[in-house]
Amino acid sequence: MDLTLSPEETRFRDQLRAWLETHAPKNWEHRRDESIEQHFAFLRSWQKTLYDGGWVGISWPREYGGRGASLMQQVLFWQELARVNAPPMANVIGLGMVGPTIIAFGTGAQKARFLPGILSADEIWCQGFSEPNAGSDLAGLQSDGRLDGEDFVVNGQKVWTSYGWAADWCELVVRTDPTVPKHKGLTVMLVDMKSPGIEVRPLRQMTGEAEFTEVFFRDVRVPVENVVGKVNQGWDVSIGTLMHERGTLGAGMQVTYQRNIERLIALSRTIERGGRPAAEDPVVRQKLAQCYAEVQIMRANQMRAFSRISNSGVPGPEGSIQKIFWSELNQRLQQVAQELLGPYGQLDASDPRSIDHGAWSYGYLRSRGNTIEAGTSEIQRNIIGHFVLGLPRSY
Amino acid sequence: MDFGLNENQVILRDSAREFFAGECPMAFVRRAAESATACDLQLWTRLVAQGYTGIIVDEAHGGVGLGIVELVLLMEEAGRALLPGPLLATVAMAGAVLDGCANAAQKRTYLAPIAHGDARSTLAFVEPKSGWDRAALQLTAKNGRLSGEKLFVPDAGAADTIVVVGRDGVYVVDAHAPGVSITPMAGIDLTRKLYAVSLTDAAAEKLDAVAGLDRALDIATTALVAEMVGGMQRTLDITVDYAKTRKQFGKPIGSFQAVQHQCADMYLETESARSAVYYAAVALQEGAADASAAVSIAKLYASDACRTVGNRGIQIHGGMGFTWENDLHLYYRRAKASETMLGDATFHRERLAHAIIDER
Repeated sequence: MDLTLSPEETRFRDQLRAWLETHAPKNWEHRRDESIEQHFAFLRSWQKTLYDGGWVGISWPREYGGRGASLMQQVLFWQELARVNAPPMANVIGLGMVGPTIIAFGTGAQKARFLPGILSADEIWCQGFSEPNAGSDLAGLQSDGRLDGEDFVVNGQKVWTSYGWAADWCELVVRTDPTVPKHKGLTVMLVDMKSPGIEVRPLRQMTGEAEFTEVFFRDVRVPVENVVGKVNQGWDVSIGTLMHERGTLGAGMQVTYQRNIERLIALSRTIERGGRPAAEDPVVRQKLAQCYAEVQIMRANQMRAFSRISNSGVPGPEGSIQKIFWSELNQRLQQVAQELLGPYGQLDASDPRSIDHGAWSYGYLRSRGNTIEAGTSEIQRNIIGHFVLGLPRSY
Repeated sequence: MDFGLNENQVILRDSAREFFAGECPMAFVRRAAESATACDLQLWTRLVAQGYTGIIVDEAHGGVGLGIVELVLLMEEAGRALLPGPLLATVAMAGAVLDGCANAAQKRTYLAPIAHGDARSTLAFVEPKSGWDRAALQLTAKNGRLSGEKLFVPDAGAADTIVVVGRDGVYVVDAHAPGVSITPMAGIDLTRKLYAVSLTDAAAEKLDAVAGLDRALDIATTALVAEMVGGMQRTLDITVDYAKTRKQFGKPIGSFQAVQHQCADMYLETESARSAVYYAAVALQEGAADASAAVSIAKLYASDACRTVGNRGIQIHGGMGFTWENDLHLYYRRAKASETMLGDATFHRERLAHAIIDER
C-alpha cells in the first residue's frame, strides 16, 4: 500500500493538470438549463477535446486507441477532472461498458471499427438490456433474433435505455435460441440505431426528465459480423458488461458526492437552526460527519477494488458492493441534505427561493432510482450471496 | 499509488493467520476467558518469538521496525482468532505511546523490554467522568507522583508497567509498585479483561514528548479497528458456513434471500471497515494530512459495523446463536467492548466534524 504517486503517476498528473488548466470549460454549470440536445452537444464536444488531447480511455490498451496507462492513472484522471469541476463526458455507456466488452470479447474487425468512435464520441452508445418483462431476471428477456442469410432479424422491445435518444449504436442482447435454457440462448450484437425498424421513445421519469428511452425493434436487420463473442453465448458477454458497470460507474460518483458533502458543510454555516448556524448543532454535525465518512470509505473501497482489478485484469462480483454502496449512500446523503435545508429542500429550480438552483430536490428524487438502476440492491445482494460468499442459489 | 498488499505484507498476514489458527483455537480462547487475566504466558512467549511484540518498535530498541500497515495486518489476524490477552494493550496502546512520547533513555527502559518480551504493558486513560475525551482528564502529578483513579484499563492484571495519560502529561508507573492498586472490572468481553487502576501517591516517570500522544492514540485506534475487522470477518465466515449447512423447509437456510441478504450486508460492512482501516494505516504511515480524520472514519464506521455484523450473524444462527456453547457471543462481546474503547462512533463523528466543519 502506497498513497504517494510514483514518478510516472506524478508526471501524468502534472501533465493532465496543465492541460486542464487551458482546456477545461469553466462556469459551464448554467448550461444544464439548455435543452437536453444542446447540452449533450456540449458534453460531446468536451469529450472530443479530451480525446484530441489524448485523455480518453486512460487505461485502455494503446493498440485500441487508449493511453495504455494503469487503472490508478484512470483514478487520478477522475480526481483531477473533479478538482477543476470539469463536465462529464458524453459517451458514458460506450467508455464504461461497451468499449471494455468489445476489448474483452470483440473481433479484431469490431475493435478497429468501433473503439475509436467510442473514444472520440463520434459514435454514442446505448445498451439494450432490460425489457418490460426482464428486469432483474435479465436472462428471461424475450427480444428475438432470427438468422436470415447473413443477418439476424430482430424483433422486440427494450426499456430503461440510457442515452437511447442520443445513441448511434446499441449493445443489444437478444434471444437467438428459444429452445434451450434461458441463459444459453442469448446473443450480444452491435446494432446501428439508424437501422430501419428501430423506434426510440422517451421514457419520462419521476424527476420529470427523460434520461431513458424505450426502444422498439421491428424486423431490424443486424449483420452476423456484429455479433460479440459467440452466438448463444451472450450471457457471459452480458455479465462481463454488467461487471464493468458495477465496478466502474461508482468511480465517477465519488467525486460528485465529495462535492455534494463539501457543499452541505458550507451550507450548514449559513443555514440557521435554533438561532445559530446549523454547523453548531450536534445532530447536524453527527449526520454530516457520517456522510463525509461514508464518502471516504466509498473511495477506499474503490481503491482496493481497482488494485485488485489491476492484478487480476477483470472486475469480479465484488463490484456489487460498490454498486450497493454508492446507490444507498447517495440516498442517505440526499436525505441529510433535505434535513439540513428544511422546507427549502423541496423547492425546484423554477422557484427563486430554491437553494442551489433546485439541485437538492432534484437530487433527492433522482437518488431514488439509484438502488434500482444498474441492477437493484436486491439483485446485488443475491450476487454477493451466491457468487462471492458461495451460498446456494435462491432462484 | 497502490492500495494492495505487497509480497512481504501478504507473507506476514498469512503466517500470522496460520500462527493464530494453531496457537489460539477456540478451545484455548474459552480456557483463557475463564482464567483471571486471560493472559497465557506460554502463548505470550511464542508471540514474542514471532517478533509480534516488537512489530512497530525500531531495531535499535529490539523490535523488527515494521510499519502501521503491518501492525494492522497482525491485529486483524489476532482479532479473527479472538486472541485473548494483552497484545493490543502492550504493543498497540502502551507501545505506540512509548514510541511516540518517550525519549531515548525512556525507550530503553520501557519500550525495549516490550519488544524483547520481558515486559507487558497497558494504557490507562479513562477516568470516572471523562470517557475517552482527553480534555476531560483530571489526573495530574504532584512532586512526580500520581494520585487518582483510572478505569477500563485493558489487561492491567497482566501488565508490568502502566502508561498513564494525565491532564498535564503522559507517565509510566510500575504496576507492582506501592501506591498502585489494580482491581478487576466485570466487563462484557471475557477475553480482554478490564481493570480499575487506583493510584495513591504512586511514583511515576513523566515521558519526554507529550506532543506525540495524538499520533500514538491514532495508531492504537487503528490497531483496534483492525482487530474489530478480523472479528467481523470471522463472524461472517462462521455465519456463512452455518447458512450453507443448516436446513429448514428441506433446504439450506442460505438459499433464502432473507438470509442471503443479511450475509451480503455483513460482507459489505466487513469489507468497507477493512478498506477504511487500511486507508487509515497507510495514511498514518505516510503522515498524510488526512490521517487523523481517516482514523476517526475507520473507528466510527467499524464501531457501528462490528455491532451490526454481530447482530446479523447471531440472528441467522437462530436459537443456536443465543447459546453459550456457540462461539459467536464471544465475538459479540468483544465487538461491544471494542465499540466504545478509544471512542465510540458518536465520539469519532464529532471529532471528524470538528476537522471538516470547524477547522476549514
